[in-house]
Amino acid sequence: MEEKNDVPDDTVQEPVLKHRIQVADGPDSEAENFDSLPSKLVVKDLCFFYGKHQVLFDNNIEIKENRVTAIIGPSGCGKSTHIRVYNRIYELYREQRATGEIIMDGSNLLSRSVDIMELRKNVGMIFQKPTPFPMTIYDNVAYGLRLHYRMSRSDLNDRVEKALHGAALWDEVKDNLNKSGLALSGGQQQRLCIARAIATEPDVILMDEPASALDPVATSKIEELIGILRKDYTICLVTHNMQQAARVSDYTAFFYEGHIIEFSLTRQLFTKPAKKQTEDYITGRFG
Amino acid sequence: MDKSAVKARTNKVDLFFRGLTLLCAIAVILVMLAIGFELFRNSTLSMKEFGLRFLSDQSWNPVTSEFGALSSIYGTIVSTIIAMLIAAPMGIIIALFLTELSHPTLAKVVGGAIELLAAIPSIIFGMWGLFVLVPIMQTKVEPWLQAKLGFLPFFKGIPMGVDMLTAGIILALMILPFITAFTRDVLNMVPPVLKEAGYGAGATMWEVLKHISIPYGIRGIVGAMFIGLGRAIGETMAVTFVIGNSHKISASLFSSGNSIASTIALEFGEALNDPLFKSVLIELGLILFLITFIFQVIAQLWILQLKKHERS
Amino acid sequence: MKPSSLTLRRSVDTFIKVLSMVASLVGILFLLWILWDLAFKGFEALDINFFTRRTGPFTVPETGMANAIVGTLYITLLATIVGVPIGLLGGIFLSEFGRNHPISSAVRFFANILMGTPSILVGVFIYAVIVLPMSGFSGLAGGVALAIIMLPVITRTTEDILALVPNELRESALALGAPHWKMIVHIVFRAARAGLITGVILAIARVSGETAPLLFTAFNNSYFTYYDVEGPMKYVYDMTEPTANLTVTIFNYAMTPYEQWQKQAWAGSLLITGAILVLSVIARTFFGGGKKRRA
Repeated sequence: MEEKNDVPDDTVQEPVLKHRIQVADGPDSEAENFDSLPSKLVVKDLCFFYGKHQVLFDNNIEIKENRVTAIIGPSGCGKSTHIRVYNRIYELYREQRATGEIIMDGSNLLSRSVDIMELRKNVGMIFQKPTPFPMTIYDNVAYGLRLHYRMSRSDLNDRVEKALHGAALWDEVKDNLNKSGLALSGGQQQRLCIARAIATEPDVILMDEPASALDPVATSKIEELIGILRKDYTICLVTHNMQQAARVSDYTAFFYEGHIIEFSLTRQLFTKPAKKQTEDYITGRFG
Repeated sequence: MDKSAVKARTNKVDLFFRGLTLLCAIAVILVMLAIGFELFRNSTLSMKEFGLRFLSDQSWNPVTSEFGALSSIYGTIVSTIIAMLIAAPMGIIIALFLTELSHPTLAKVVGGAIELLAAIPSIIFGMWGLFVLVPIMQTKVEPWLQAKLGFLPFFKGIPMGVDMLTAGIILALMILPFITAFTRDVLNMVPPVLKEAGYGAGATMWEVLKHISIPYGIRGIVGAMFIGLGRAIGETMAVTFVIGNSHKISASLFSSGNSIASTIALEFGEALNDPLFKSVLIELGLILFLITFIFQVIAQLWILQLKKHERS
Repeated sequence: MKPSSLTLRRSVDTFIKVLSMVASLVGILFLLWILWDLAFKGFEALDINFFTRRTGPFTVPETGMANAIVGTLYITLLATIVGVPIGLLGGIFLSEFGRNHPISSAVRFFANILMGTPSILVGVFIYAVIVLPMSGFSGLAGGVALAIIMLPVITRTTEDILALVPNELRESALALGAPHWKMIVHIVFRAARAGLITGVILAIARVSGETAPLLFTAFNNSYFTYYDVEGPMKYVYDMTEPTANLTVTIFNYAMTPYEQWQKQAWAGSLLITGAILVLSVIARTFFGGGKKRRA
């Protein structure tokens, strides 16, 4: 990653941050070496088209295993579009098309031979608005499990409970598992969706602005949860909230108009951005 | 079962499901085409026998096997015109009342009632027409019309009650809820800002309606009229009871007549063992099919254009 | 510039206002009048015989419409079994697979035209393709005729209602690895359930009052046409027989000069209209939310 290695001194002397951005004591304190960490996803020359209109241009990025990678940028910069390629959910729409390669566990997940259902079992996704299915809390969590496995009732119960624990929702819903998922509050609904996604034990979790529809208390719960999930999952978080990226992520990529402008350790990106555009954006000088 | 087999099966189910839905969607088109084709195929006997003369001939005699469609076409058109003359202005003006004048709660109640009325089977309208309206028309309304306007050719002859005028009125009552509801929806779509601008400039309600709401919604209103017209042309049961079923053409609205739909409904049973008669009736059906088809196509194209217009 | 007279403008406005109120009143009074007569005359003729005895000659004093009631139920049931699944699946194609497909535009176009095709022509069509080949009128033919009338209504309603389901819900199901068909059946259908039920009930209500398409398909019958066997099948109508039904019976009775039959026709009309209105109200209030659709 060239951007993070040579930081030209004339670009940034002292970061002028309008709002002091709190950066978590994260991996940089371990003096982590980027290259020595295993990559879960390696994105090579990813381009994306809506019909004839190109919206992503030669995106190259490595998503590190068991780390949180945040993707930030102004709205419309293609950050959501980018992660929607990771589980090929964009294929629901006929006119959308991606080129390039995304290597996961040695194979290109954009290749035709990939079993898309198997891929989506391994790459979970959380959406901007909570999307509980119109069924009970239990059935919501069990939905993915029932799709992919045949398991006994007791195994299923165990997995559902485990997933709800994992999403820090168990204590709130354990007596109401047969209530409709739609009856929960917004924050609870989103954690239900997280439980639903982790129930099948994916390797990667994609989060597309998971807290943008939630109140501050619910948001902080989700952020806390991301910190815990990080131990077991590789997380890719799209957010327009820079504070959130700074608080929860290890790495951050800055997107602008479909290009990855800068990708580096979160602390580094927020304190010593390498590019002028990044600096403008994180200091709120963007126009 | 190994994974690739599962995958193959899943893809197959998906493909099968997709194909099935496509087939069911296409069924609509196939049925439509099949109706046209079957009507055509079963009327060839009549076409061979009478040719184009069928359209201009008003004779109708099953005993001597002489048939012409003219009186049926005439009756269909006249009853539809009467219905539209009554229902179109009334529908618009009731819609106006509902959107502009009445209290919102009242508008909701009346609007809901109107939609329920649209669900009442047409046979009820026909029966009510025969038993309730016909006597009133015969003894009160038509003599009165004759006394006042008897110099017009429309109101000559002996008022029978079972005639074109009554058929037109029943038809009008049938399509009134439909036209009202559609027009109301169109008027409701006029942006309030436009209307407020009108009132703000000191216009009266009528002026706002005339200069802003109606011009804004005119295409939608015309579309509603087209579809109302399409319904009136093909309506069977409401007309059959009260039109009198005679195959003659008269300028007087007090004389009985027939429409294509009423003739098929009433005479098909007698024609079952007479291939030519049956074929004649099916050719009448084909004519009705073509008329409504053309009207529907125009209405659909009009509405499609309207939607494009709205988007831009 | 000549200033327009304010008095004139005001009086024109008042005139239009009064006119619209009078027109509304007249229109509504006419429709209430019809309902009143229907309720009054219908109620008068409703008695226990109406529900328990079959149709019969007017010389017999104690006849009813029991066979026609059962027949209408069976014909409508058959129409539902044939028309609803095809319509639902067709609607799924329009909303889920072929939203921008050229075939879909053609299907929508023809569906709208089919909805505007006179129902008596559907009757003639079914006469030609079912009654003639089977050489006889049958409840089956009547049911299929009603199914054809239902088909475009259900197709378009389904499409409209499914289109209201947010795409995020579809994406969430797919993102868990669900195949397309499971996503539609488990998630989209469930989310749209209330609207779909409303739409289907309204469509059933609508066709159950049809007369014209049954005249020479189901025809009529003055008997119960149950299967002549032992076991549960003896409660089922044999749909290959001409089948008694309410609307055609009403039509036949009302066209006769016999007072006894005319009374029964009113009773039958009240029953079928009441059933349709109750169904419509149930559909709208209990399941609600269903988008109404005309044209």
